[in-house]
Amino acid sequence: MTQAEPLLEAVGLAKHFPVPGTGLWPGRRDARPVLRAVDGIDLTLHTGESLGVVGESGCGKSTAGRLLTRLLEPTSGVLRYQGVDITHATRKQLAPVRSQIQMVFQDPYASLNPRQTVGEIVSTPLEVHRIDPPGGRRARVLELLETVGLSPEHYNRFPHEFSGGQRQRVGIARSLALEPKVIVADEPVSALDVSIQAQVVNLLQRLRRDLGIAFVFIAHDLAVVRHFSQRVAVMYLGKVVETAPRDELYRSPQHPYTQALLSAVPEPEPPPGGRREAGAGVGADRIRLTGDVPSPLSPPSGCRFRTRCPRAQDLCAREEPLPRTPDGAAPDHLAACHFPGTN
Amino acid sequence: MTAAVNPANPAIVTSVSTEPFLQVRDLSVRFSTEDGPVQAVDGLSFSLERGRTLGIVGESGSGKSVTSLAVLGLHDRARTRVGGSIRLDGAELVGADEARLRGLRGSRMAMVFQDALTALSPYYSVGDQIAETYRRHTGCGRRAAGERAAQMLALVGIPSPRRRARDYPHQFSGGMRQRVMIAMALCCDPDLLIADEPTTALDVTVQAQILELLAEVQQEFRTAIVLITHDLGVIAGIADDVLVMYAGRSVEHGSVGQVLSAPRHPYTMGLLASVPRLDGAVDVPLRPVPGSPPSLLAVPGGCAFHPRCQARDLLPDDPCGSRRPALLGGDGGDGGDGHARGEADDGREAADGHAVACHLGAAERVAFARRTVEAKPNDTTRTEGTSR
Ligand SMILES: Nc1ncnc2c1ncn2[C@@H]1O[C@H](COP(=O)(O)OP(=O)(O)OP(=O)(O)O)[C@@H](O)[C@H]1O
Ligand SMILES: Nc1ncnc2c1ncn2[C@@H]1O[C@H](COP(=O)(O)OP(=O)(O)O)[C@@H](O)[C@H]1O
Ligand code: SF4
Ligand code: SF4
Ligand SMILES: [Mg+2]
Ligand SMILES: [Mg+2]
Repeated sequence: MTQAEPLLEAVGLAKHFPVPGTGLWPGRRDARPVLRAVDGIDLTLHTGESLGVVGESGCGKSTAGRLLTRLLEPTSGVLRYQGVDITHATRKQLAPVRSQIQMVFQDPYASLNPRQTVGEIVSTPLEVHRIDPPGGRRARVLELLETVGLSPEHYNRFPHEFSGGQRQRVGIARSLALEPKVIVADEPVSALDVSIQAQVVNLLQRLRRDLGIAFVFIAHDLAVVRHFSQRVAVMYLGKVVETAPRDELYRSPQHPYTQALLSAVPEPEPPPGGRREAGAGVGADRIRLTGDVPSPLSPPSGCRFRTRCPRAQDLCAREEPLPRTPDGAAPDHLAACHFPGTN
Repeated sequence: MTAAVNPANPAIVTSVSTEPFLQVRDLSVRFSTEDGPVQAVDGLSFSLERGRTLGIVGESGSGKSVTSLAVLGLHDRARTRVGGSIRLDGAELVGADEARLRGLRGSRMAMVFQDALTALSPYYSVGDQIAETYRRHTGCGRRAAGERAAQMLALVGIPSPRRRARDYPHQFSGGMRQRVMIAMALCCDPDLLIADEPTTALDVTVQAQILELLAEVQQEFRTAIVLITHDLGVIAGIADDVLVMYAGRSVEHGSVGQVLSAPRHPYTMGLLASVPRLDGAVDVPLRPVPGSPPSLLAVPGGCAFHPRCQARDLLPDDPCGSRRPALLGGDGGDGGDGHARGEADDGREAADGHAVACHLGAAERVAFARRTVEAKPNDTTRTEGTSR
């Protein structure tokens, strides 16, 4: 499959945060301890595509999302939008790009100003960018509310009058105001009730189809990501450990971490026979990881997953595995593992 | 379990073989708030034996946590009215005095909360906190209690337990803190463990470890566990029986197989149909439950689920908005009345322990389930072939 130039492309993108309280650390600047939240990731996003990003808490998903939207400036690496290098673009240089790359946040409670009406919230981006749509701002906002499944009488209401799902719709309407080409959605349904999540997933799906918006969909729920994404990237401790087309990733994962993650997902299927045997373990055939994710302040040498990997060998501690296509896998399937394999 | 209690009058026990270890009957919890009274739990009944797990599922605000706090007697008495009956090993807890409840908490019943960081004190080492709990309930010496703390930390799989006992909660990761809290809950060998969303704040790989730990502990100590969650997947893995709550009420109750494989309430069916599966079809829309859960300040009349229900059109005369459906079809443990399922339902179901609060008869329910399954995006033949 030959592809046109990517819409958004990250190469070796990294964000290192200084560790609080060590600002006066003596010694050379590059010797100061840093938190490697994102530590060299490659991602590409094509027009109208949806890329899923999964991984456990603290692995750097949100930081990656904020780098891609340039809410954060990368420590190193390159970020290109439509072929233009925006890695260190200034505020002014970024202005036209900002309107095309929008972000939707996890917490529909914290991300809306409680003192603004829904109408004011959704029209803020139009004001900031001094955009006057043909029919006027109010008409444009009403149109946006309709797009996300809210009604005109919601225009003058305040966020606290809405349920979580409705607030998330308000946030989505706001992100659509500038007709973006890319939306980075950071856990857009995680805070919502189970029965509401599907409503919001369907809405985002419809926006992708009807408006041709490309999505980076960040989540920790693997089933939701599978439903929404055409390609999926799995992160662990600041690195992308595996990327593949959706079906390939879920059907034949090559990286041991992806395999463990997939096998840990609890599915609402009762045990055979309908009743659990007394005291029976939970999913005995599953791959069990032991231990916790190491600190991003001092990630393990070599492969970062080696402290929990059932397949680890000496080489894994010595050499960092680089992303490559495992034998027999599709060409656009990459795994960063010395010993990839489907079982 | 078959404690055959006359449902019309729970005081008449027709055949007492053995009373269930935990028996909750017609529990109601009412708060007075500035906005008016809130009926957070309304007529809840369930029972639980030693060594078994009851899963309680429901959306946020459905009354799950209020139920667990009521069992432990932790509600503020001045602002809360608890009604009904909660019997633990034959002893009534509703109305019991505070000193007695305090004695039972920790020794016979213990709780694991969603957020371990707020439940543990930041000022004491985790070893001291566990030891203190143990001392308070057993009156044993400092040394023995410290020994016990290390032993409990080892039991829940904390590496180098003696050394880690001296660490403070913030020095542990989320998963390890949850283990510490489980260790603290288990240190006095409780017979009943209530775990309120114990894994909601955790990652899936760590969640799997914690659920496994609970199952192991249960097998070893025959602990009765009430596990509260909004995750149907967690329920499927660990529960024996399931109770589905909606707006403070029990809407469905049965074995995990009954409730998850053959759900009878439209809300349960809707929940199950709305979650994407790892092997479901993609590129078809999900099937959400429309609308959102009600505020308990204004619970809809009749069936509380009626404004969101997609099965109502199957019933003539629309009884759902005005008549509240009773919980029927369960055994005695539900307070439901399986035998006297009175009206001329064409498909009358046997009292198979699977209770549901819904006006649909069996035939309408089958019709609705078929409608749900047929439109269900999962397990259709549509999958997208992108590779190989
Ligand atoms: N502004 C910051 N300053 C210092 N450290 C930060 C900052 N933002 C994030 N981090 C750290 O970077 C790491 C990655 O954080 P990030 O929020 O990207 O994780 P995440 O994958 O989104 O996790 P979650 O699933 O919990 O949302 C974490 O260790 C976090 O504590
Ligand atoms: N102390 C309290 N005073 C007043 N209302 C309360 C109190 N505790 C809980 N509630 C209300 O009771 C309902 C059920 O709460 P809860 O049991 O915490 O729900 P969940 O099912 O999410 O655990 C909610 O509407 C909540 O706001
Ligand atoms: S490189 Fe080694 S430690 Fe890392 S995932 Fe592969 S086998 Fe495991
Ligand atoms: S009683 Fe009526 S509204 Fe309630 S779940 Fe049954 S059919 Fe739906
Ligand atoms: Mg995040
Ligand atoms: Mg709760």
